[in-house]
Amino acid sequence: MEIRTTFRKKLKEIQDDVLVMGSMVEKAINQSIKALKERDITLANRIIESDKKVNMKRFEIEEKCIQLIATQQPMASDLRIILAVFNIISEVERIGDHAEGIAKIVLMIGDEPPLKPLIDIPRMADKTVDMLQRSLDAFVKHDSESAKKIPVEDDEVDGLYDQVFRELLTFMAEDPKTITRATRLIWVAHNLERSADRVTNICERVVYMVTGKMEEIGASKY
Amino acid sequence: MKVDIDTGLLNNRVMANDIRLSTNQLNLYYGDFQALRNITLDIPERAITAIIGPSGCGKSTFLRVFNRMNDLITGVRIEGRVELDGIDIYDKEIDVVELRKRVGMVFQKPNPFPMSVFENVAYGPKRHGIKNRIELENIVERSLRQAALWDEVEDKLSQSALALSGGQQQRLCIARVLAVEPEVILMDEPCSALDPVATLRIEDLMRTLAENYTIVIVTHNMQQAARASDMAAFLMMEDDRAGTLVEYGPTAEIFTNPKDKRTEDYITGRFG
Repeated sequence: MEIRTTFRKKLKEIQDDVLVMGSMVEKAINQSIKALKERDITLANRIIESDKKVNMKRFEIEEKCIQLIATQQPMASDLRIILAVFNIISEVERIGDHAEGIAKIVLMIGDEPPLKPLIDIPRMADKTVDMLQRSLDAFVKHDSESAKKIPVEDDEVDGLYDQVFRELLTFMAEDPKTITRATRLIWVAHNLERSADRVTNICERVVYMVTGKMEEIGASKY
Repeated sequence: MKVDIDTGLLNNRVMANDIRLSTNQLNLYYGDFQALRNITLDIPERAITAIIGPSGCGKSTFLRVFNRMNDLITGVRIEGRVELDGIDIYDKEIDVVELRKRVGMVFQKPNPFPMSVFENVAYGPKRHGIKNRIELENIVERSLRQAALWDEVEDKLSQSALALSGGQQQRLCIARVLAVEPEVILMDEPCSALDPVATLRIEDLMRTLAENYTIVIVTHNMQQAARASDMAAFLMMEDDRAGTLVEYGPTAEIFTNPKDKRTEDYITGRFG
């Protein structure tokens, strides 16, 4: 007979909430790139608005964690789950801010003509969202092995970032009139690169949650 | 928790329709000694309300007010009003036996009668006039199931209750209370004689029972109050040792953000 059923239920609920928050942020990143590609100001504004909901969700989860700590005396692996959640939601929230950052850049760009077709930036976004999804999947499944593998893939995002940077630098060197537009795209890429780094932090927390060991896995190039 | 307790607590009055018990300006004296002073609070139905506070602050005295167990002590005097479903339970017309059937009690030490498991549970219904064997069997099974004990004693019904473990004995005592179909279950330190696992079992059981019953529990174990209750009332002694209500509210709030500094000091272990 399982005991502490109420506590187990609440702990499960918190983990589900983290997934919900994760999917909100995944959507925000995908849409920010869509807004960038399509110069969609309305969508960009909507993303900025939605970020408030992400922030609220984070506070809501934090509140639930605090209540569980205060009332249920979680110990050992249960305590580590709650501590991991605390850290993970802060990373997810920041990734949400990066998506909001991209949406704000879309507003700055307005209806300026595109500098070049976007290829590597959407790739960076896809990769980042994929890594984020899998890191949260590892979190709910308490799968430290998967969590350890994901940060290695950050090199791929970093590689794409290098490529975007070099390419835009060439544009700027050839025609200084492109500097403003190119710089904005670099900011977009930078937001994505940072998001992928934050996924690495999430993975570290998953490993801590499962094993109880704090370890740095796959230091980022940037 | 059925009641949306979060939203309306004003001066310890629950702003909900579903109040089961309430006290108003309650004073209680043992002879010249005042044990409780001016306690006003509402207890919501189908929820678990915990009464916490340092030793001697009157927690158990307060709990016993609700089924008039204090009447058994000579020299006890009560002022103020105590209501069950809006009815003054200290009214002359009240049948105390009937009241104690509606407001059952579980004590600190499991106290099964020295008879079989079956007879322990059937005792109350028999006293209340049920003689039909099949009916009694049904009541015993239902009560033991509700108390999450049936699976463990199903084949030991005719054995002595004293042979059960402490945790099982306490669940048997809860079954005994349930057998007479009460509305309220008062629990006075129901886990203090139990080991941690048996304690958590009882807490789980309380949570299940709270779907149908109103539970009031006295505990000196703050962690238990935090884990198991929906509402918490903090009592403290004044200089003349009379117990007063310092703070009452949703448990999650009492344990994360108490309004009164004395509550904060008590739950953080700075005194008490």
